[in-house]
Amino acid sequence: MPDQKTIGWIKDEFKPQSRSWEEFYRNRWQHDKVVRSTHGVNCTGSCTWMIHVKDGIVTWEMQGLDYPSLEHGLPPYEPRGCQRGISFSWYLYSPLRVKYPYMRGALIDLWRKARTEHEDPVDAWKSLVTNPQARARWQKARGKGGLRRVHWDEVLELMAAANVHTIKEHGPDRIAGFSPIPAMSMISYAGGSRLMQLMGGISLSFYDWYCDLPPASPETWGEQTDVQESADWYNAKLLAVMGSNLNMTRTPDCHFAAEARHNGTKMYVFSPDFSQVAKYADHWISLNAGQDGAWWMAVNHVLLTEFHHQKQVPYFLDYTKRFTDAPYLVELSEEDNVFAPGQLLRANRVKKYEKIENGDWKFLFWDTKSKTPKMPLGSVGFRWGTEKGKWNMQMKDGLDNSEIDPILTFLNDGDGTVPVRLDNFAEGSEIVRHVPVMYVKTSDGKKVTVTTVYDLLMAQYGVGRGLKGEYPKDYDDATVPYTPAWSEQYTGIGRKDLLQFAREWGVTAEKTNGKCTVIIGAGINHWYHGNLMYRSAIHALMFSGCIGVNGGGLAHYVGQEKLAPMEPWSAIAFAKDWYPPSRLQNAPSWHYVNSDQWRYERAFTDYHTVPQHQKNGSLASGHTMDLQVKAVRNGWLPFYPQFNKNTIELVKEAEAAGAKTNEEIINYVVKQLKERKLKFSVEDPDAPENWPRVWYIWRGNALMSSGKGHEYFLRHYLGTHDNAIAEDLAKDSVHEVTWHDQAPKGKLDLIVDLNFRMDTSALYSDIILPAATWYEKSDLNSTDMHSFIHPLSAAVPPCWESKSDWAIFRSLAKKFSELAGKHFPQPVRELVTTPLLHDTPAEIAQKEIKDWITGEVEALPGKTMPSFALVTRDYRNVYNQFIAFGPQVRANGLGAHGTKYLVEDFYDEAVTTGPTVEFDGKRFPSIKEDEQVCDTILRFATVTNGELAYRSYKNMEEKTGLPLVHFAEKNRGVRVSYAELQSKPMRLINSPMWSGLMDNGRAYSPFTYNKEALVPWRTLTGRQHFYLDHPGYIAFGEHLPTFKPKPTPTQYADLKFSKEEGKTVMLNYLTPHGKWHIHSTFGDNLRMTTLSRGTEPFWINEKDAEEIGIVDNDWVEVHNDHGVVVTRAAVSVRIPPGICIIYHSPERTYSVPKSPLRENRRAGGHNSLTRTRLKPNLMVGGYGQFTYHFNYWGPTGSNRDTHVLVRKLPKLIW
Amino acid sequence: MNVRSQISMVFHLDKCIGCHTCSIACKNIWTDRKGAEYMWWNNVETKPGTGYPTRWEDQEKYHGGWEKHNGSIRLKSTGKGRIITNIFHNPSMPTMDDYYEPWTYKYEDLFNAPEGTDQPTARPISMVTGEYMNVEAGPNWDDDLGGSPVYAENDKNLDGLTPDQREQLFAIERLVFFYFPRICNHCLNPSCVAACPSGALYKRGEDGIVLIDQKRCRAWRSCVAACPYKKTYFNWSTGKSEKCILCYPRLETGQAPACFHSCVGRIRYLGVLLYDADKLEEVANLPDDKLVEGQRSLILDPNNPDVIEAARQNGIHESVIESAQHSPVYRFVKEWKIALPPHIEYRTLPMLFYVPPMSPVMANQQDGTVSSVSDDFFHDIEQARVPLKFLGNLFGAGGEGKVVYALKKQKAVRMYRRALTVGDITMETAERMLAEAESSKEEAEAIYRLTSLCTFEDRFVIPPMHREEAIEMLREPHEHRSSVGFGFVEAPKRGL
Repeated sequence: MPDQKTIGWIKDEFKPQSRSWEEFYRNRWQHDKVVRSTHGVNCTGSCTWMIHVKDGIVTWEMQGLDYPSLEHGLPPYEPRGCQRGISFSWYLYSPLRVKYPYMRGALIDLWRKARTEHEDPVDAWKSLVTNPQARARWQKARGKGGLRRVHWDEVLELMAAANVHTIKEHGPDRIAGFSPIPAMSMISYAGGSRLMQLMGGISLSFYDWYCDLPPASPETWGEQTDVQESADWYNAKLLAVMGSNLNMTRTPDCHFAAEARHNGTKMYVFSPDFSQVAKYADHWISLNAGQDGAWWMAVNHVLLTEFHHQKQVPYFLDYTKRFTDAPYLVELSEEDNVFAPGQLLRANRVKKYEKIENGDWKFLFWDTKSKTPKMPLGSVGFRWGTEKGKWNMQMKDGLDNSEIDPILTFLNDGDGTVPVRLDNFAEGSEIVRHVPVMYVKTSDGKKVTVTTVYDLLMAQYGVGRGLKGEYPKDYDDATVPYTPAWSEQYTGIGRKDLLQFAREWGVTAEKTNGKCTVIIGAGINHWYHGNLMYRSAIHALMFSGCIGVNGGGLAHYVGQEKLAPMEPWSAIAFAKDWYPPSRLQNAPSWHYVNSDQWRYERAFTDYHTVPQHQKNGSLASGHTMDLQVKAVRNGWLPFYPQFNKNTIELVKEAEAAGAKTNEEIINYVVKQLKERKLKFSVEDPDAPENWPRVWYIWRGNALMSSGKGHEYFLRHYLGTHDNAIAEDLAKDSVHEVTWHDQAPKGKLDLIVDLNFRMDTSALYSDIILPAATWYEKSDLNSTDMHSFIHPLSAAVPPCWESKSDWAIFRSLAKKFSELAGKHFPQPVRELVTTPLLHDTPAEIAQKEIKDWITGEVEALPGKTMPSFALVTRDYRNVYNQFIAFGPQVRANGLGAHGTKYLVEDFYDEAVTTGPTVEFDGKRFPSIKEDEQVCDTILRFATVTNGELAYRSYKNMEEKTGLPLVHFAEKNRGVRVSYAELQSKPMRLINSPMWSGLMDNGRAYSPFTYNKEALVPWRTLTGRQHFYLDHPGYIAFGEHLPTFKPKPTPTQYADLKFSKEEGKTVMLNYLTPHGKWHIHSTFGDNLRMTTLSRGTEPFWINEKDAEEIGIVDNDWVEVHNDHGVVVTRAAVSVRIPPGICIIYHSPERTYSVPKSPLRENRRAGGHNSLTRTRLKPNLMVGGYGQFTYHFNYWGPTGSNRDTHVLVRKLPKLIW
Repeated sequence: MNVRSQISMVFHLDKCIGCHTCSIACKNIWTDRKGAEYMWWNNVETKPGTGYPTRWEDQEKYHGGWEKHNGSIRLKSTGKGRIITNIFHNPSMPTMDDYYEPWTYKYEDLFNAPEGTDQPTARPISMVTGEYMNVEAGPNWDDDLGGSPVYAENDKNLDGLTPDQREQLFAIERLVFFYFPRICNHCLNPSCVAACPSGALYKRGEDGIVLIDQKRCRAWRSCVAACPYKKTYFNWSTGKSEKCILCYPRLETGQAPACFHSCVGRIRYLGVLLYDADKLEEVANLPDDKLVEGQRSLILDPNNPDVIEAARQNGIHESVIESAQHSPVYRFVKEWKIALPPHIEYRTLPMLFYVPPMSPVMANQQDGTVSSVSDDFFHDIEQARVPLKFLGNLFGAGGEGKVVYALKKQKAVRMYRRALTVGDITMETAERMLAEAESSKEEAEAIYRLTSLCTFEDRFVIPPMHREEAIEMLREPHEHRSSVGFGFVEAPKRGL
């Protein structure tokens, strides 16, 4: 008993004998083996983990700490790994684990019966899919239980038969594969995509579909995304965090921001809710949801006014001149005494440059000294010219090599001013502001009115500079955009705070030469007009010289898009080592079209504000679907299936018609298209001959987590039950597409899911294959959050009957080749279409929008329409090709992002040193086993092979005429193997494929290569673009930075058919990334459900909840035209009234009751409430940076402007 | 002077991101088994909030810790007079409702459901009863629920706040929350040890780690009631109480405890403190407002020759003294005085210290427009969103002074670094602020380095545990070497 008189009762115990029990806990800690791996989960973390094995069982994981350190003065990268990652080991042996192959019972029964009736499995499959009752039988059973365990052999045979039949009957481009974000486990991704491409199938994109792609990045920089590693945040002296919840989604990186604060960095957080990262802010700017654009437009107004006009900060002006398109001349066209900004003035319009090569694609500065227009180096015209070495950003004339000092403004040195009409979308009006101009004599003797991009920006941002017109009087003038007072009405934030921010921004950038960083993410990018919000923030960075600077720039983190060893990986993943043209499909278009989501809306101008002044037939009018068809026809975007005919049969048909050479076959096809005898599938997606037929899903959750318009997927792809109540609306609004009064249900014959857990996609698939987890296979993982490359390793062999994704697709390839022998005994030829591609001369294909179908322009493949290529496929050898690193690499070298290098010696070395595979009398480096693929990638990539980096820089020297190999000299001897990576993470080395320089532990910051070495950006001018002069952008009024209002709910048609029953409130529905899952992964993991609320709750403001009689943890029914969610409420004031949150992304597989509003059917997940809406101007192509590249360019799957109705669940039904 | 060594901890709350990686690191290794499902030796709470178990800080309900009594202190839960009546039923013992009923899901249904008319879903079931259940509580139930009328409002630390300060929690432009990770404090004056009728709890002599002997524990659960932090738990399967062991098997092998290792916010520090055990009673008896200072006075300067000599005499290993000299905890707690004990008014003298968090400047709303109320460049201490009184209740036994001191110093360090790295604040201003915060450029530089640039080795200075010497007391280490692992002590069983 305690003796309260003395303190002796505190037992300090030394005696070992009485402490021998302590072994109890020591024993638990002991383990047998520790293996390095990571998680392939699209979280961007790419953390190195040490997996502990005891008794042959994975028991737990702890973070690895052995990252190479960066330069002195930066905090280290240890530890990395979050609450999600550390709970992964739960999955391995959990009751949620897929241990064996499973198949839908209805299908098994039919299949087994058909197999008894047909000797050939292909015939058996044919008999099933051509029998409508049989097909409907298993389609309607999808998602409704009745799964049965099957043998691998049986399931492989069925899939192989389906593939062979589909190719034979419909064409190879009816087989689709979807797997997200390869960087997270690149070998696993490559397994499926390689098989798809060897067969001629489709690889669906992910980055744009997830709305992770920030279109403002290609718009501004011609770059998909290139961002600073998180350590570089520490170099920033002002951090503006918007739409990015660092704690939640950048968990292992967040400390750099926290630590920067203690180094004197100021941090602003912009978020409508008190998000977790707001805790760190010096200022939390609680602006209204989705109005960030208004904030930044006004910030730019202040920056231009105070730092560019009143005080002309030399660093800012010099930067703007040298690294942006601000000094370029823009032609102004006059109509009714008012001028409108048009395209950049082309160099060949003036006499001096009349005859130059690619004169339409070279542009002009006004030179201060000579007082004439001059043609700077670096534009896309130089990039694709015959004369090499002129594609650089030196301030020199491309014709006579004279120095140029460009003028930024004609304010004091021009020929006067003219009134320019500008759109004021916010108020739905037009305003006229005077802009200083110069008159330039063109070669035809006429005078054109020009101004600079810079002067246009000043006008657009409302910086009057003493000019006439509707400029604001001062900062307090709220009547015209874009003053601080104007912004208040949208953002809800006082002008004083805006001024404080803008001034601190300007001063910080001035004093540090650009160390202001915007950390930005899905919270902004997922809005329909996300690109405009991004651009306005980017402009603040560009005006202040923050891009291409350590500690500065746009840090966009949405998705793990950075696959560092891109060159060899893409050769393997897309089978370019065998067949160069691949079928790479932008998923947003594919799903919008094929899942018939286009049918549920009318013209996009119902919700997308466009300029009032429109020419007849303007691109900025009509239905998105029509523009989608046009985009395919004109070669702007890909679309597969290609044609309403089998592409193999089409070649036979051409041959039958007398075509012999490739050119003749292509001519035949073009003629057929022109005569409308052959049609693009996109023109009639509801006709059975155009349906996709077989869909493979792996490494992702295509039906739920990323299935925007999930219920439409269930309806039109799967043909099973759904909870959508929306009806067709498009009939009278579409012209380019064939309308069917009855939309097809169940387009897909077969849907296959590879998975380690039973998620929604697995639950709804016909076949579920047991995939190895991330602790059971070899793979590679890279990210943009840091500069290391990590291995995944097998801590234990694949459990139960699981296999790695690579091994699964390899097995399928083998079975496929076997079955193909009978049906394709000889190689077959087929025709592959590809759109006009970025980093090719197609960047200078279409100066104007002209459509061959109307006869405005000739139908020229690769120029005015897609490119066509003939491919000979050897289906009997698909397996052999799968396991062999093919000969095209040796012949053509490798490259990515416009780089190139030859690898013959390394290829031969690989053949010599082995392992190899041999067939048809030739030997190839083997990529049969997962580890071999890893080693092949590491051997052939510039970031892991110093010699190849050197060659790639050398090649770039030839293109640019700049000295560059010094970036590679120090690393020339670097080589790395998979086994070495398993022992320690390796920091990547400089490569011209990436735009950041990272010598001596320097933190990676994008575009430092461009800024410091003067290598152009891959844009129209070679500079960073403020101004987007594509005719389509002009039509949409997005050539200048601008603010467009959010689409409103009625316009958006989320609630057209939904009725309020009981006390109901309407809310804007947001789905930001959550704390207890990565997308849907980990959300069903018991650790995460326990630490959250056992379900993915519906976050609602206290007053909104009160209005409908909801208290915390009540069940709610959340619904709109698209579907319904039933979950529990989390009530907090931290959510502002009017918005609600369901964090991305719940599963339907656990704890989901039924919905009384939808006939007591099981309620859905967050994507049950969304529908895809594509932003049409993001579809343009064949023009500078507006040229297609997989996951790089194209419309995105935005979803944030959705609205829902909410009520208390009247009755809980399980 | 009776010098003893204690492994002590600092959590830097300004850096905490509330991710709970620490909680899971611990759960995976230690409490993922029958009877322990509901235990979270390490948990993280959103503040304001009610925590786990709910409202654990309400000692009127739970009677944890010590209270002053007749010039000395006594256990609140089990004073001499109360122990007998409470031994079979203790009304202040937390129940399962105060924690939560652990649950899982019928995941199997997803695989096994026969074909039906609708989609199957895995329903929640109790891990205790196996029956279907409604999930109504969890170990982190009020996560991120700042501004919640059910949780945030009922935080015990809001006692004594003005109505205006309380209202602040319910205006979005003014609300705030921060994270509060908690493990066992391995107190110098542990009420759990004192309360155990079986003498099963003890403080390890060499490092101060508080353990429950899994053989001697007799399921009285007095420790559960007595611990004011509710960091001892009863394992309903083994019939033994268990608690955070500070990962001694890892510490003994030179590795940081799992929750420290895994702290991705890099908020945690660990090191040895030397303290004077002779002064414990005196300090534990001090009035509330003297407790923080009092506890600091116990901590001895490891570079002082007298202390070193006294430590040697008490058998503290030379390497442990050296380790104490490099302890990051000593710097935060004793030198810089910016890390404070939680609820020292419970008088257990916790040896885990917290650096209080900064918070965004306050804003207010007028005519639908939100504006900041302060022009301060950084965190405005007086106008902070987290009310000083709240932090004072948590870290200052109700007083605000120690918290203000810690916040002012943090802010001055930031100003100094700003002046140095940007220059839009003059060095003159920065130096003035440092002086006002009783700091200097040298100290600011040191605080900055240990806060921002700290490596794993900077954060965790683990003393050599000299297991060979401990083992030697039982048997020859050479013999142990060849036989360890061949037989383990039996797992604890219910009862004897």
